[in-house]
Amino acid sequence: MSDANEIKKAAEPFRFCTRLHLFELTGIRAASIGDLLTHLKNVSGSCIYYHTHRFLQIHQNFSPEPPNDFAYWISEHLGDDELAERLASIDTVRFTSIRLLRESIISEIEKYLVEKPETYAVKVKKGNEFNFIQALSFVIPTDYAVSTISEFANVLEKVSVDSIYFHIFEAKLRLEKTANDFSNWLENSLGETKLAAKIAHLDPYTYTMEDLRKEIMKILRRAVK
Amino acid sequence: MASINDYKNITGAATIDTLKVLGEKLKGKIVQHVNSTAVGGGVAEILTRMVPILRELGVDTRWDLIKGGEQFFEVTKKFHNVLHGKKDTVTREDFNVFMETSNLNISEVNTYGDIVFIHDPQPIALVNKRSGNKWIWRCHIDVSQPHEAVWNFLKEFIVKYDASVFSAPAFSQQLPIRQFLISPSIDPLSDKNKDLPREYVDSVLKKYGIPSDKPIITQISRFDRLKDPLGVIQAYKKVKKYNDCRLVLAGGGASDDPEGVQVYSEVMEASKGDSDIHILLLPQNDLEINALQRGSTIILQKSLKEGFGLTVTEALWKAKPVVASNVGGIPLQIKHKYSGLLCYSVDGAAFALKQLLNSPAYAKQLGENGKEHVRNNFLLTRHVRDYMLLFLSLFNQGNVIHL
Repeated sequence: MSDANEIKKAAEPFRFCTRLHLFELTGIRAASIGDLLTHLKNVSGSCIYYHTHRFLQIHQNFSPEPPNDFAYWISEHLGDDELAERLASIDTVRFTSIRLLRESIISEIEKYLVEKPETYAVKVKKGNEFNFIQALSFVIPTDYAVSTISEFANVLEKVSVDSIYFHIFEAKLRLEKTANDFSNWLENSLGETKLAAKIAHLDPYTYTMEDLRKEIMKILRRAVK
Repeated sequence: MASINDYKNITGAATIDTLKVLGEKLKGKIVQHVNSTAVGGGVAEILTRMVPILRELGVDTRWDLIKGGEQFFEVTKKFHNVLHGKKDTVTREDFNVFMETSNLNISEVNTYGDIVFIHDPQPIALVNKRSGNKWIWRCHIDVSQPHEAVWNFLKEFIVKYDASVFSAPAFSQQLPIRQFLISPSIDPLSDKNKDLPREYVDSVLKKYGIPSDKPIITQISRFDRLKDPLGVIQAYKKVKKYNDCRLVLAGGGASDDPEGVQVYSEVMEASKGDSDIHILLLPQNDLEINALQRGSTIILQKSLKEGFGLTVTEALWKAKPVVASNVGGIPLQIKHKYSGLLCYSVDGAAFALKQLLNSPAYAKQLGENGKEHVRNNFLLTRHVRDYMLLFLSLFNQGNVIHL
């Protein structure tokens, strides 16, 4: 990128927001794959969102868990590693809505149950049921607003992981925008199509939040060099 | 008492700035906590730390108490025990005693808060006097398998609240009101958890006659069967055959608890003849407990039943490798082989202890992961944040709330 580009100013500054979650218990529990499937079809989108994103928030430095709670429970408590792997491998980043993500999870389980109907018979022991939880999101604007890539990179280094989380995950999937907020702004307000695409092509579900921050910083720093 | 800014070094400035923003959003609202005691017990301990911080953040927070005589508190203690699964008979008279005192409190306690935040069953009936304000019931106990009659009795009141709060998913019940999941927390700046100079830690070990010549395995808990102190000694004896080590079993006084006295004497009997077992009957002294945890090589929590298990949180915060039973809130804190080791039996505990004693680098890594897990999820600042979000949720609709 040239020096001229480095000082390119966006028509519309990027305002960093942050998001916080409060977790709501539904009292809905599953003790078998059949229960899980039934509830998956009926619980709120906020439940699906919570159980496919919780791990990102709980483990910010190193994640010991597969990227969704359904996979974790199926592996740990139903003892079915194959189905767990299928759910853990769902490419969450390609979905643009919770509805589509939910359909994909349901379809994977249904396909598996056709192949291995004996899975229906497995029940977890008391106390190990799957508890459906939903997330309430609170979106809060921060004081940080930036107009250039350099400013953007500097602020990205400082904001909380909650803020990065909001713009990468929540904006895209929960607020159903076409791409993450960073890529949207870089492309639409700064005309940085290639840079926007580089960030959009990251699979954020395979990073911890701190690693994701570092990766995006690296891309931005390289661009302003 | 610590100021909110003192937590910046621990949580990062962004976390504290966010709390300040939330405090702004709650300006003008009075939050009134009500419980049954100002000192002693986990609720009073957390409110003592939390109320000043909420005030500092600009939330007009008050704390009121209900009154009750000996008979009332005997009944509420019985309720507490049977809700936890202990076998006991609850009579019609018990419910009458509860309601008699509750009715007195209903006429005497002024519930002026915009948000009235009721802690545990003792003041639960105050909701009968609710007017246009918001009411929250905070359940601090494990009600995963509650006594049916007591739960049904309490439920008559619970359904009148706007929302309820539980500490772990397994504790929740099917209820017609909203139920939130808010874990308890520890205060990293309290005497029980703050950093201590090595000299002080050594002086406490010396005071209690515990040489640092061998690895030290410690369990901090009351002398209570549910904490399985005899199982701890059995596990230690199995370990001792292969790894030379010391065991410290330290806990609060048991003089007012006949069963505790009995358990203590059984523990003394089981440890007889082994000078590497140190049984410490301690007065409440948070600094010394902190020092004992910090001076240990491994912390054990081999409970048969637990609430959330804050002693585990405390140990993890000190970056100690922890071996703990997979009960209550412990699995929320320990992800097996990542932030500690979970066990289900004496043999399992002994095996995990040997593993950690023989692999200090692995033990160190577990301890470090555990500390970060607590930093992200179980510190007072997260607890304060969740409460403020809970308050805000009462005045906003929808699953995505723009503040």
